[in-house]
Amino acid sequence: MISIPLTYFLAAGAALFGLGLYGALRRTNIITVLMCIELMLNAVNINFITFSRYITSTGSQVTGQVFSVFIMAVGAAEVAVGLAIILAWVRRRQQVNINEINNLRG
Amino acid sequence: MTLPVLSLLIFVPLIGAAIGLLIPADQKASIKGWVFAVTLMPLVLVGIMWPSFTGGSAGMQFTENIPWVPSLGISYNLGVDGLSFPLIALTAFVFPLATAAAFGFDKRVKEFFILILVLETAVMGVFLALDYILFYVFWEAVLIPMYFLIAIWGGSRREFAAIKFLIYTMVGSLLMLVGIVALYLATGSQTFSITELANLASSKVSSTWSVWIFLALFLGFAIKVPVWPFHTWLPDAHVEAPTPISVILAAILLKMGTYAIVRISHPTFPEIAQYFAYALGVLGVINIIYGALAAMAQKDVKKLVAYSSVSHMGYVLLGVAAATPESVSGAVFQMVSHGVISAMLFLLVGIFYDRTHTRDMTKLRGMAVAAPTAGVIMTFAAMGNLGLPGLSGFIGEFFTLLGTLNVFTTLVYVTLIGLVLTAAFNLLMLYRVLMGKPREEFAVMPDASPRELFTLVPLMAATLLLGLWPRLIIDMTNPVVTNFVSRLTGGA
Amino acid sequence: MPHNAWAIPGLALLAYALIVFFGRRFGERAAFIPIIALGGSFVLAVINLLAVIGGATAEVRFDWLHLGERTITMGYRVGPVEAVVLFMVTLVSLMVLLFSKGYMHGDAKFNRFFANVTLFITGMLLLVIADNFLLFLVAWEVMGLCSYLLIGHWFEDLDNAKAAMKAFLTTRLGDVGLMLGVWMLFLATGSFRFDEITKEISKGQMDVAFLTLAALALFSGAVGKSAQVPLHIWLPDAMAGPTPVSALIHAATMVAAGVFLVARSFPIFQAAPDAMLTVAVIGAITALMAALIATVQTDIKKSLAYSTVSQLGFMMLALGVGGFAAGIFHLLTHAFFKALLFLGSGSVIHAAHTQEMHKMGGLFRKLPVTGATFIIGTLALAGIPPLAGFFSKDEILLEAFHFERAPILFWMAVFAAFLTAYYMTRSVILTFFGKPRDHHVYDHAHESPPIMALPLLILAVPAVFAGLAGAPFAGSWLQHFIDPHVHLPEPSGFVQNVAIGVSVAGIVVAFLIYQVGILNRQAAIRVLKPVYVLFKQKFYFDHVAMGIVAVTVAISRFVATVDKWVVDGLVNGLGWFVFQMGQGARRFAAGSAQAYAMVMALAIAVGLFVYQAMGG
Repeated sequence: MISIPLTYFLAAGAALFGLGLYGALRRTNIITVLMCIELMLNAVNINFITFSRYITSTGSQVTGQVFSVFIMAVGAAEVAVGLAIILAWVRRRQQVNINEINNLRG
Repeated sequence: MTLPVLSLLIFVPLIGAAIGLLIPADQKASIKGWVFAVTLMPLVLVGIMWPSFTGGSAGMQFTENIPWVPSLGISYNLGVDGLSFPLIALTAFVFPLATAAAFGFDKRVKEFFILILVLETAVMGVFLALDYILFYVFWEAVLIPMYFLIAIWGGSRREFAAIKFLIYTMVGSLLMLVGIVALYLATGSQTFSITELANLASSKVSSTWSVWIFLALFLGFAIKVPVWPFHTWLPDAHVEAPTPISVILAAILLKMGTYAIVRISHPTFPEIAQYFAYALGVLGVINIIYGALAAMAQKDVKKLVAYSSVSHMGYVLLGVAAATPESVSGAVFQMVSHGVISAMLFLLVGIFYDRTHTRDMTKLRGMAVAAPTAGVIMTFAAMGNLGLPGLSGFIGEFFTLLGTLNVFTTLVYVTLIGLVLTAAFNLLMLYRVLMGKPREEFAVMPDASPRELFTLVPLMAATLLLGLWPRLIIDMTNPVVTNFVSRLTGGA
Repeated sequence: MPHNAWAIPGLALLAYALIVFFGRRFGERAAFIPIIALGGSFVLAVINLLAVIGGATAEVRFDWLHLGERTITMGYRVGPVEAVVLFMVTLVSLMVLLFSKGYMHGDAKFNRFFANVTLFITGMLLLVIADNFLLFLVAWEVMGLCSYLLIGHWFEDLDNAKAAMKAFLTTRLGDVGLMLGVWMLFLATGSFRFDEITKEISKGQMDVAFLTLAALALFSGAVGKSAQVPLHIWLPDAMAGPTPVSALIHAATMVAAGVFLVARSFPIFQAAPDAMLTVAVIGAITALMAALIATVQTDIKKSLAYSTVSQLGFMMLALGVGGFAAGIFHLLTHAFFKALLFLGSGSVIHAAHTQEMHKMGGLFRKLPVTGATFIIGTLALAGIPPLAGFFSKDEILLEAFHFERAPILFWMAVFAAFLTAYYMTRSVILTFFGKPRDHHVYDHAHESPPIMALPLLILAVPAVFAGLAGAPFAGSWLQHFIDPHVHLPEPSGFVQNVAIGVSVAGIVVAFLIYQVGILNRQAAIRVLKPVYVLFKQKFYFDHVAMGIVAVTVAISRFVATVDKWVVDGLVNGLGWFVFQMGQGARRFAAGSAQAYAMVMALAIAVGLFVYQAMGG
């Protein structure tokens, strides 16, 4: 079976991760930040599935895929909790700028 | 014995606390009543266990051993012998009295009383655990309720005192933990049992390691005792803590340190303990003299009593260091005796503080005129504290020094000065607090109430009883002490 | 009968318990509780004494404590010495209790007074029959405690409280030595019991240096309790207590306990000749020095107090020169006449409302009973035959005369005996004779009620006759009774003549100075100013003691300062240091989650790069 080379997938995953990281670190809208974190998680998922498809010599090839399912589940939970926190925050402060959230400043 | 008595001793207060949580916070009277009733239950259990200790067996009794983390050799291992039983009895005896002393409280009653029960569980656990990890868990668990009890219900500098207490003793516990882990690794055995590791240590641990582990353990315990120069958390904690907590702190928590020395560090490393014996004896004498001198110069009567604790714990250290049957018996007896007497003194200081809102001895005076009954009891307590023959304090000091005389002759000579100084600061306290005419604003005040007498009279009775009939304690401790001494001196 | 001797202190203890728990209900009638109990004790003591004279003795003991391998017993022993002293203590106690019933009438702390006195009596009786050092120590300190409480009976006045504290601390200083001695003996012999310790010592295998040290340690306890130089300073101040207390505790019983202690451990002292010599020398110095101070006292009680110190010195001297029986003999007779004198002074104070002898004078007409009994006590103390004090003091002088190691002790004792007669006569004349110096005092003076007069009359009987029990012409019965192996010293006409001579001389000199007035006292004081000041300042012992106290207080302040700023300062300093580091670290915590994440991401990137570069 002729297939797309491994590096293509990895490049796509890395690009997606880079986008997510940049967004998570630089965007000020907290909801966007949350979405960017999801991007990073999905970038990881791509890598897991890719390796699971390409590395068949050892062990079961579904390990990586199972992992990505786990990550999706955890991601969903994270969004649920994260959005709840954000919602509570927004209700209190009426704004979504992440730079304003600095209660931990020493 | 199918009934797990020791587990009951530990967990009855905790279960009681859990049930107490269900009582609504505004029903203060029922919370107080319930907690008091719960603290009586360990006392009943102790009463049931008492006959088993009159026989004079040296071994552990009522043991319970359930694997906890088998892969590491950690187990839920409890046991009680003639050394721990008097301390258990003391704990069971003092807690109801301290609880009763807190009946006057009105601030966040529910939390306070629940925390007292949690504290009792932790303290019982420390005295009953025979597994290092279990011991460590209980040891640390004591700090949590204590922190809140001082930090929430304390005096004006309560947060400072609570944090100082917490961090200082935490440093000690960490050293102890390091020692425990090092001991575990050095013996290379799959057990955390205190007794088994004690038997393995001499053959499996190199002497260099032994020294370091001993010092780590000892330092951890010494902070709790507290041994000079690690004592300065004690006056702060005592001054800021509310009366019932001061009572528990002085009567019971300090004994954890000396108990651990007798139970753990000395039997595990007898040669090292003997090697350091003179140094420990010197530290004990420093405690005695330094504590007495510092007590003499205090203006705050509660600080005076706190430094008197430092002084009296020195006898325990000295007696254990000398390692003769008389001195160690005296030391163990002193632990119990000091528990009873210092509890009495702190209760009395609390009674006067309650009336006058001051502990400054330059303002207090003539209290014996204003409150004659409390004055009489304070005189009694001070006499116990200065070691008047016939009261329990005498037995502890007398036999400690008797046993020490031939071992550390010079140290005993120096300690004689301490005996005079002890009398001096106690008499000075009576002079400043009780004698003379009271200031006008304090001239009329209620004398000790029936509830306060209820907390004091059992302690007085115990002081007198132990002073006249020390067999109550010594018969229990004698076999254990004999073992302890032969382990220490036989090995050297 | 002696087997039930426990009941003698037992009754007193019962009375104490009753008065503590129920005394409040009876008001001043509560005083009858201890009076009745002590009456019972006295009867028992008499029966006991008769039985012991009949040859009975008793030793009762039980196991008290098992410690290590050893068993410690508790128990009591009644032999001749115990029986005689029990008789004396119960009699004097009963009289003092009766007297107090009148003297303390109307006192706000009437019941407390009686409770403390009763507890004290219990302690003293227990001390007498104790067969071991532990019980002895318990009784010893119970007495010390009661003495403290009773000196400070009127503690509203801080001076009284100070005197109480001084008494306790000074005796404590000696007690510490006593405990040391007890420990040494226990470690050497394995027992606290007097008889077993004696048995071990009589084997003669113990080091003399060790025994000397042990004996001196024990003796330091006696020095404190019996107010010997240099720890005598507390006793005159102890007169701050009610006068019956002075009579009972600070004259007849507790202060004699120190003498009793030396008598109890006599075999130890006998095995250590240097310790014996020390006892004798301290005794002689005390006897003389206190007598000298007594000559310049103006307070009737203080004068008696120094007299007590002096007489205790006589007893110590007797023991020190080996006169066991003489010491005990004087202890007994002294108890009777000194209790009489103190109660008499109490009666005077009760009548005159002052203790200053210079405000009294001419009181004999107003207080005939008190005056007559006081004079009897004075003559007994001065050593006029055939009153009690003569025989016992004569015995002591005789023992000292035969003591070859230090002949000077005899002459010191003789001089002290002269002074005794002098200052007692001086007291009598200043108080009872001459012209009334303060008419207010004189006009309000009145004879004491019968309940106070009766004890004086009763005590006057043994003050007159008690000496006959040990008189040479009676075959020195008492000495043989209390010590069957006694070696009585060779009687000496010289000593007897000297003794009578100095007594009479003392009385005559005092009479000439104070009654006839042959001497201008003011002029004499001017001439003898340095000596007078020295006596007035009590040889500066109090100054030294105050100096020691001041130094101790200074040290304790220093320690407390060091504790606060150095020991605790290091701890708090460490905390402060960590806190400052935290302050420094604060600026790194900007509170921006994105900044933290950025740092984290960069760190991971760099970490991975390094890992790669190192060929991982």
